[in-house]
Amino acid sequence: MDSTVSYGLLAEDEKHALFIKRIEAGEKIEADDWMPEEYRKTLIKLISMHGISEIMGALPEKEWVPKAPSLKRKLGIMAKVQDEMGHGQLLLRVSEDLMKPYGKNRESIMQDLFSGDLKFHNVFHMEAPTWADAGLIGWLVDGAAIITQTNMLDASYGPYARALKRICAEEVFHAQHGESIIMALAEGTPKQRVMLQESLNRWWEALLMFFGPGDAGTTGTSKQDITIKYKIRTKTNEELRQDFFTKYIPRVLSLGLILPDSTMHFDKEAGKWIYKQPDWGKFKDIIKNKGPKSEERLRLRRISYETNEWVREALGSASAGERR
Amino acid sequence: MTKIISPDEAKQNSSFKSALTELLYQLADDDFILAYRGSEWLGLAPHIEEDVAFSSINQDTMGHAAIFYQLLEELGEGDMDVLAHSRPPKERLNAVLLEMVNGTGTYLENPKFDWAYTVVRHYFYTAAKKIKMDSLKNSTYQPLADAAARVSIELFYHMMHWRTWFQQLMLAGGEARTRMEKAIFQVMDEMEGVITLGPKGQEIIKFALIEHDKTLKDRWQAVLSPVFTSVNSIMPESMGMKSGNGRNGEHTADLESALAIMNEVYILDPAANW
Repeated sequence: MDSTVSYGLLAEDEKHALFIKRIEAGEKIEADDWMPEEYRKTLIKLISMHGISEIMGALPEKEWVPKAPSLKRKLGIMAKVQDEMGHGQLLLRVSEDLMKPYGKNRESIMQDLFSGDLKFHNVFHMEAPTWADAGLIGWLVDGAAIITQTNMLDASYGPYARALKRICAEEVFHAQHGESIIMALAEGTPKQRVMLQESLNRWWEALLMFFGPGDAGTTGTSKQDITIKYKIRTKTNEELRQDFFTKYIPRVLSLGLILPDSTMHFDKEAGKWIYKQPDWGKFKDIIKNKGPKSEERLRLRRISYETNEWVREALGSASAGERR
Repeated sequence: MTKIISPDEAKQNSSFKSALTELLYQLADDDFILAYRGSEWLGLAPHIEEDVAFSSINQDTMGHAAIFYQLLEELGEGDMDVLAHSRPPKERLNAVLLEMVNGTGTYLENPKFDWAYTVVRHYFYTAAKKIKMDSLKNSTYQPLADAAARVSIELFYHMMHWRTWFQQLMLAGGEARTRMEKAIFQVMDEMEGVITLGPKGQEIIKFALIEHDKTLKDRWQAVLSPVFTSVNSIMPESMGMKSGNGRNGEHTADLESALAIMNEVYILDPAANW
């Protein structure tokens, strides 16, 4: 209690210095702790986007839940998408705690999503027209997610780090679920293999974009420096992308798939993968909700929001009744 | 009647097996189609917490369907995936209530789904299913009795979930109450189709696979009636099968379109490993 009282008496810059000292020492910041405005805002943006992406990410897979070609696959994909929604819920709660001082809540998150102020991840704006896409999302998109999230497991913000621990554990199962679908296709009929290769071709650019631009010069802005400064993450976007290549390129090749980028190779001297840059102009458009499926998926959420308005009202009046 | 403890033993008595498979198809097809209708709600539920809970229930329900198809497979009816995916609508024995659409639009385009109908349908069905499972725990077919015991445990939570929704929305008054009352009548119009044991009902009962459907119905009413009272309402007395008896293979176009979606990938190559 003593330290809390004295903390309150400190000047802003002293608080800031103490805060930096705490995170430098590897201490975790909790929801009610003092934190710089920039830190809070960065976290809100990062975690809300992560949370809403989990939720919007259910939509491309939603299409394949009923269509999964066996009972085992149906159960597998149902479990996976349920987990994703659960992650979304968990993360939005973390984010809602951070928003409290601004008087914002779940309702504001949904409104920001609909208005385009709150972005969702570039991969979830893309089309998923075949069953192979359902597998590929699990295998490579979740695989990419594991790499970025592992990078934040030791995030200075305690509630986020703890949420990520749980999420990463489940994502490993998702990647296995995806890999199992992919293996069946890769070892399957010629038609199944074509379906798989086409899916990889379709998702390649989106997967490169997944980790974000290499630096602010590419797209005008990048939050990676701020998140590194505050020890929310450790590696840069490019380092993560390279980790992804190192982990997955050998696997892609071992399945007999052709890399969609013929120039791609590992430069031993430089110790890194050389690849063709995706069209970052397209990336900027996609995250502004101008991707191939952006509007359609937002529309689905909007329709559900409007159709169920009476339910939210009823719940509101029911809880008001309980309070009385 | 003595217990039949294995599929091999069941296969030796053709009339027993015929009654048993009939009942298993009803149970499997009921869960299979309702799990599908439930999964159409994915990403569209009234709030995110419900989305998580509902998809867990759908997963359980699809898991139950798989258990019952598996029992059929063991009885020599064929591969469980073929049973789930390949049988035409006229061979399906699910209750018509469970195949009906959630509302207008599809799960991918313009879904104007009716949450009141979903709550009532799921609640009433789950109550009936729980009563059946409890009765099946004493089934003369031991593998089914064992399966029912496993399924029943999960239904405890499903019942709590749907009862909470039912009571909250009924007590909210206003538009919610109006919608719920309308949904109750819609569901009751078809509810008989869920409880009936169908054309081979007499055989099913004779072999003591499950109790008489009249008994099941009385129990169902005994479970629901106090819940209606708790929300200042009275349970409608009559139930029907307005759109046909699914146990006879009678179905609506809603089943056909649902199966077409569920089979879309499977029929690309039913022989392939997916």
